[in-house]
Amino acid sequence: MDFAGAFSSDNLLFLLKGFGMTLIVAAVAIVLSFILGTALGLIRYSRIKGLGTLTMLVVETIRNLPLLLIIFFVKFALPEVGIQLSTFWAAVVALTLFEGAMISEIVRSGLQSVNKGLVEAARSSGLTQAQTLRHVVLPIGMRRMVPPLVSQFISLLKDTSLAVVISLPELMHSANIVYGHDVSYVFPVLLLAAVLYFAVNYSLSLLSKRLESNEGARRRTPGAGKGKPAAPAATAKAQA
Amino acid sequence: MDFSFVGSYSGDFLEGFKNTIYASLLGLAGSFVLGLVLAVMRIAPWKALRAIGTAYVEFFRNIPLLLVVYIFYLGLPSLGADLDGFASGTLGLMIYTSAFIAEAVRAGIQSVPAGQMEAARSTGLSYVQAMRLVILPQAVRIVIPPITNQFLNLVKNSSILGVVAGFDLMYFADNVNSYTFQTMETYMVAAAFYLILTVPLAYATNVLERKLARTG
Repeated sequence: MDFAGAFSSDNLLFLLKGFGMTLIVAAVAIVLSFILGTALGLIRYSRIKGLGTLTMLVVETIRNLPLLLIIFFVKFALPEVGIQLSTFWAAVVALTLFEGAMISEIVRSGLQSVNKGLVEAARSSGLTQAQTLRHVVLPIGMRRMVPPLVSQFISLLKDTSLAVVISLPELMHSANIVYGHDVSYVFPVLLLAAVLYFAVNYSLSLLSKRLESNEGARRRTPGAGKGKPAAPAATAKAQA
Repeated sequence: MDFSFVGSYSGDFLEGFKNTIYASLLGLAGSFVLGLVLAVMRIAPWKALRAIGTAYVEFFRNIPLLLVVYIFYLGLPSLGADLDGFASGTLGLMIYTSAFIAEAVRAGIQSVPAGQMEAARSTGLSYVQAMRLVILPQAVRIVIPPITNQFLNLVKNSSILGVVAGFDLMYFADNVNSYTFQTMETYMVAAAFYLILTVPLAYATNVLERKLARTG
């Protein structure tokens, strides 16, 4: 193990640049997969005939495949049908498809967890289906989706490391290059990579926990917050 | 699309499929046992044990699986140990997945109301007896769906063996692809093999979730 050699200023700069790429790919894929996942989740929630079933089949197929396979597929198989993507966009598209499918499930089950009575009440007070979705189901459902969404984003950030197989210059790729020079660098570099991933992901998970406990506190406080009437079961369980 | 090449490479696909199943089963057994031990550590009444368990779970949940596998595949050999791709990949899967299983089990145990433990203890049961006879039977029902879900993830994650020459389905798919150049078809066949394993697991998770929720 050679910490001094592994962490020369050139190497550190190179590794940090790699981590910069990791964060950029993750950020772009988080935004795109959130948009895709929300759209697919809404389609499945609203049970549009035909489209709903088709979406379900596509989502379930993607969800049940390894991301690695999807990355290979997007980078190497799609060119056969004329879709040629750069390494960066191949990684982003593969991550967006896979995580988008995962997120659509989170969105669908979040929306479906909203109390049916509340939906009926909204409809019978004269709101249209779209209005009910916008003013009642989405605000309540979205708040409940926050913790699973954050853990999905953490997964996404970790999953960017798989793009090493298509030589995206992200952190693991940079790490491979640095200890390619000297085998005594392997442990120090892997350790640094672990620290970088951990720092970002752990902060995200702490943030999620905070949001969750704020949400819990709001639900338990009588009369405070719009979320309260929607969650009688959760309140009862929390107090039991 | 022309799938006629699949016949002549069926041996490769089946060998990879066999090793994927093999790695998944080993990973499943290892991560389940390790996950249970860690979960017990995390709720143990001793502070030091709790700290070790928590540190392990938080560390491995927040770093990529690839990094864990590299520690075994590149890190240990650099110190003189000798592990091949299959062993490193499978060990990495165990270590990584056990953190998630530990978390699922801990959440399940702690979802049993604290009054249950207090009541059991005050009727004279020891901590271990109360855990075994009162808390765990109730927790198992809550814990089964998330654990099946982790096994599903484990099967998908076993494709990481392909990155470290672990002779799994992913590895052989790459191999076949480099001989035939029929990329689209090769990955579709590999996808079909994965779906054979993952779709039943996903279905089982769904059914268990609904069934256990209704009776619980």
